[in-house]
Amino acid sequence: MSRSKFQPDHIDRRRFITLGAAGLGALALRPAAAREFGDPRRPYGERSPFERATRTFGTSVTPGTGSSRTPLQELYGTITPSALHFERHHSGVPKIDPNAHELLLDGLVERPLLFTMKDLRRFPSVSRIHFIECAGNSGREHEGRPGETVQRSHGLLGNSEWTGVPLKSVLEEVGIKPKARWIIAEGADASRMSRSIPLKKALDDVLVAYGQNGEALRPEQGYPLRLVVPGWEGNISIKWLGRLMVTDEPFMTREEAAIYTDLMPDGKARWFSFEMEAKSVITRPSGGQILDGRGFYEISGLGWSGRGRITRVEVSTDSGKSWADAQLDGLVLPKAATRFSLPWKWDGGEAALQSRCTDETGYVQPTREQLISVRGLHAGPDGFNHYNGIKTWFVHRDGKVSHA
Amino acid sequence: MRRRGIFYALAGLALTAIAAKHAADPGDFKRPESGGEGKLYGIGRAATAEDFAKHQYLVGPKGQGLPKGRGTAREGRAIYMQSCAACHGPRGEGTNDYPALAGGQGTLKNDSPLPTIGSYWPYATTVWDYINRAMPYQNPGSLKPDEVYAITAYLLSMNGIVAEDYELDQRTLPALKMPNLDGFLSDPRPDVK
Repeated sequence: MSRSKFQPDHIDRRRFITLGAAGLGALALRPAAAREFGDPRRPYGERSPFERATRTFGTSVTPGTGSSRTPLQELYGTITPSALHFERHHSGVPKIDPNAHELLLDGLVERPLLFTMKDLRRFPSVSRIHFIECAGNSGREHEGRPGETVQRSHGLLGNSEWTGVPLKSVLEEVGIKPKARWIIAEGADASRMSRSIPLKKALDDVLVAYGQNGEALRPEQGYPLRLVVPGWEGNISIKWLGRLMVTDEPFMTREEAAIYTDLMPDGKARWFSFEMEAKSVITRPSGGQILDGRGFYEISGLGWSGRGRITRVEVSTDSGKSWADAQLDGLVLPKAATRFSLPWKWDGGEAALQSRCTDETGYVQPTREQLISVRGLHAGPDGFNHYNGIKTWFVHRDGKVSHA
Repeated sequence: MRRRGIFYALAGLALTAIAAKHAADPGDFKRPESGGEGKLYGIGRAATAEDFAKHQYLVGPKGQGLPKGRGTAREGRAIYMQSCAACHGPRGEGTNDYPALAGGQGTLKNDSPLPTIGSYWPYATTVWDYINRAMPYQNPGSLKPDEVYAITAYLLSMNGIVAEDYELDQRTLPALKMPNLDGFLSDPRPDVK
């Protein structure tokens, strides 16, 4: 049994006592410094005033619309703090009293029912971790105007633990009629955002959620009730959910029949392109950060796939010439963000950092060149959607990290 | 406990009847049995006419959900000028911050395509539904069905789809064929090999 001399039990006990006594003596000689008493307790916590990470957004002539972005470069692990989760609204964040909120479930059902929030909380609940990514996340990368920071380029992404009722349970309660194939979901926001969801997906893994990261949903995330449609473009996870109508066909709402479509070079457009394909990005070091001299750094980032689990993330520091397998840290869950990391020693030279992920279907994250060779550069009504190309961060000799 | 037992027994009977009816029907997925292990939870209350009345119209491509009403482009022009033109331009050409609603037909293959209602949207019912639910931006839900029919007619006339006096209603609106109806394809992804 050979123990290292660096282990604490190797230290001679008498020597330890001597050191301790010397320490006490030094303390006694020092003049007493007044210590400031701390803050009192408080009913709802706030972060330290030294912390500065925020969502960012541009100015808008219509402040109720538009989006704000998650500061991915400032976050640890995989869970997006609710207060920093990206937003996307079409007519502002409604203030909804949960005691007055109801969910109507009608259409091709045996028993049209009305549920209060209390009713919904009585159903057996589940909690699941899933990412929500806006279809338009990284659309500027597709266009060829790469984001300066990861917040700018990939910040329409959040990953939360959602708690609620499986939509299947609620549908079973009303009884689905034989002709039923789709569900129209409608929000209770001013513009009554609406989308059609295939019944097959609704019965698979969709949640009617009221909880986010252990507490009630944030207003920006749909308080008091929203859909969480795992792995699919964020727009379909209708927030402020007020009605679900079971139908035999999609209702061709503006969001699905015009906005969230993908225009191809031949003039045809893809629609109902729901899944967010496997994607990853390095969040540290990333654009706007500065390396503090040569030496050790951990390259760290997030990978996610709308088709299941992330099985592999590779990292390159030479613009894709060579790749090394990164470690997948912590939980690796289906349709959820996965943290990856790779130790790296910066030699002070120029480097081009990239990450490339693979999901459990075997799909490998493509390059921008691969994507535009198929999808072209034709902006649709809302720009570019569903872009998942590899992102590059350039490390310069002065330690600055940039997008170009 | 006894009462609960009876409840489940009754619920079970009701469900057996439903399940039997379902079993004979075609379907591309397995329809679930109600209430988890074949039982209803008995949560929620029956929706009444009053509950439905609180909700607005959900309009489908065959005209499902369209209310009674009518309107022409001629009637819609005045409402458009008052409620829509400030953002979308007097001729539906759009402004910096708001999308164009007219024009662009034949541009979808161009380097700078102009997707509008006329050049892109596959269904006229979508126009009615979206105006009714979300417009005008500052005051959504304020338009009456006749006004929505009239504005829809005006937008479609701007795009050369209907004539100025063509009357849109529950029957004529879903019957319109939009220029880009055949412009959409289902999701072929994964498309990068």
